[in-house]
Amino acid sequence: MTHALFTVVGLVVVGGGLYLLVRGPASLRAGVAVLGLVLLISGAWYGLSVAPPDREMGNVQRIMYVHVPAQWMALMAVTLNFFCSVAYLFRPGWAKDALAEASAEVGLFFGAVGLVLGSIWGKPTWGVYWSWDPRLTSEAILLVAYAGYLALRRFIDDAERRAVWSAVVGIIIAVDIPIIWFSVRWWRSLHQMQSSPSTVDPDMVRALRWNAFAFLALWLVFLSSRYLIARARTQREVAPPPLAAEVAT
Amino acid sequence: MSAGRPPNLLGATWVLVRKDLLLEWRTRARANALVFFSLATLLLFSFALGPDTTILRRAAGGTLWLAILLASVLALGESFRVEQENAALDGLRLAPADARALFLAKSLANALLLMLLGTVILPVLAALAGVTLVQGPGPMAVVLVLGALAIAGPGTLYAAIASQARARDVLLPLLLFPLLIPALVAAAKATSLVFEGDPMLQFRSWLGLLAGFDLVYWSLGFVLFPRVLED
Repeated sequence: MTHALFTVVGLVVVGGGLYLLVRGPASLRAGVAVLGLVLLISGAWYGLSVAPPDREMGNVQRIMYVHVPAQWMALMAVTLNFFCSVAYLFRPGWAKDALAEASAEVGLFFGAVGLVLGSIWGKPTWGVYWSWDPRLTSEAILLVAYAGYLALRRFIDDAERRAVWSAVVGIIIAVDIPIIWFSVRWWRSLHQMQSSPSTVDPDMVRALRWNAFAFLALWLVFLSSRYLIARARTQREVAPPPLAAEVAT
Repeated sequence: MSAGRPPNLLGATWVLVRKDLLLEWRTRARANALVFFSLATLLLFSFALGPDTTILRRAAGGTLWLAILLASVLALGESFRVEQENAALDGLRLAPADARALFLAKSLANALLLMLLGTVILPVLAALAGVTLVQGPGPMAVVLVLGALAIAGPGTLYAAIASQARARDVLLPLLLFPLLIPALVAAAKATSLVFEGDPMLQFRSWLGLLAGFDLVYWSLGFVLFPRVLED
């Protein structure tokens, strides 16, 4: 019950935040960006000095405070991309297309950050930067897939075709996620299981949540800014403003 | 087929498959090029992995599927490039046939071509890598069929998209390769098990994964392809 409540509240915060940032003045985006940076810096301080070191992994474990939120943000962005793609095919609209583009790019960014942080953590813990563990491998495959998605968007000039085709590709990639996961898990396995908040020190949980909110603020700013750029670009393609010469005459 | 009545889905698919195969048969240029391309790939793999036959033998399953996968990009791109000539694709779109029939036909024709390709290069691989079909030809045929279907289904959908974009030769592998990794893993593993025997009885699980992949992507392609073609 509490989980469902948290999910609903979270969706309202994310959705409402995104709406406000897109519709509101640019100063609001700047404000949230500053807030995100402050949270990020203070979260780094909290995670590095206040939270206790892990019993087995020692200080290395502190990377988790930024690695895990980055992965959460990537997951949220990819989910958003999937829903935008499906929604576009049912009822076309430029807003959905622009949001799909923004979420793919932001998801790729946070996913890449999470992957790099994870592999830095892996070197002292597993002894290697890269292990062929299902999560790592699945995520790497997905990042390449979304890079392909973004390349596709670049290579199609017609705005309407681009929207339809990238929606199709977005759905196809999202459907691949569980299949990739299973195939790679059968192929090989090694990743850490998740810990539940009740088994770890409360200061650790606090550090993680703090950083998660910092990442969320930045995620919202990135996504809304990227959305506005995508929106402006399609606007110019579909209904270009009059040329300077035409205006003069 | 009585005049004036549009053909049903399967009828239209059959007509289109025959058209594609007939085109292929008349020149045989694409099939020939593909066979020699994948033979060259097999040779390259053998040279890259070194003269040690134990390594070659262990890598044989993956080598076979990489050779087919690399050739498939050329085959898929070509299968839509021929439709661009004389705006043949527009002609097909105007015909009173379901766009989904076009997907089924193109995918089936491509899959048949890839199965043929696999059958032709398999003996060469067996000779180069020194492998034998320990489990017999039956399981190998099943893997070839399921693997070819796995490449051809999503491959046809993506080729239809890429063929109308800029830089299509770069775009198709960029989109297709990450998507096909589960199918590649399953097909390569299953093939290795055919070559080396299957003491742990894993063969069926890999076939299951491959069949599931086929089912998911052929259904998705079937549903989404009309949206790709519409203007």
